Amino acid sequence: MIELGKYAGTVLAAYGASLLLLVGITVQTLLANARARRELQEHERRG
Amino acid sequence: MSIWEYANPVKFMRSSGAVLPWVAAGAGLCTVAGLVWGFLTPEDYKQGSTVKIIFLHVPAALMAINIWLMMLVTSLVWLIRRHHVSALAAKAAAPIGAVMTLIALITGAIWGQPMWGTWWEWDPRLTSFLILFLFYLGYMALWEAVENPDSAADLTGVLCLVGSVFALLSRYAVNFWNQGLHQGASLSMAPGERMSAIYRYPLYLSMLGFFLLFLALVLVRTRTEIRRRRLAALLARENRA
Repeated sequence: MIELGKYAGTVLAAYGASLLLLVGITVQTLLANARARRELQEHERRG
Repeated sequence: MSIWEYANPVKFMRSSGAVLPWVAAGAGLCTVAGLVWGFLTPEDYKQGSTVKIIFLHVPAALMAINIWLMMLVTSLVWLIRRHHVSALAAKAAAPIGAVMTLIALITGAIWGQPMWGTWWEWDPRLTSFLILFLFYLGYMALWEAVENPDSAADLTGVLCLVGSVFALLSRYAVNFWNQGLHQGASLSMAPGERMSAIYRYPLYLSMLGFFLLFLALVLVRTRTEIRRRRLAALLARENRA
């Protein structure tokens, strides 16, 4: 078990907020890319 | 072979598509390993377990500054040589830089509260970082506000030049002004007190992870921008016909 002592809340808040932001930008990036690729492919298929 | 070949969107899409899986895998591996290793480090005798925040705070701050400098270089390439891919790479990097700056600000505030007794202080480095964050937001807003993409690239390129002053201030503020709560550089070549290897190695790994994560994200986002630009060009051609 990891012992964080009296600063457990501080450390967990920092990791939680940071991971949320990193996962958020990654997911947003992948979704936007998938959408752009799909839209371009559909348009090119329609010719 | 010249570096300018990569300014060709087709060449960029082909070569970035080939390296992307490797960069993404390296980013995931190094970031997770660096943060887990950092989280498992022992408590510091002065700062207790809050020392573990360094593995997020320092890499994020480092990337926040360097992403702006990367945007400066790519903006200059656009302004001087008019290569569209470089303007799109600058646009693609901005949201990642904003997130990195926000992480540095949030983790700094969370860390500062128990160590300094305050969430925020108008200290030179903290203030210049806040201004850098506002520059990131302004840069992204300007891209959205200007309809013509080439004009938007020109204007944001100029904004990037101006903002570079604050990016450099964020890095060197503690050297210019001695007042303020923020300590000097965590990693330095200068003689003096050294960070223990127990913390230094996971920090290096975390920094590498954040860099690779940025690289993977900026490649994907630039590819997205190229696809959007291609679709817009096709639609414009159809409308003219």
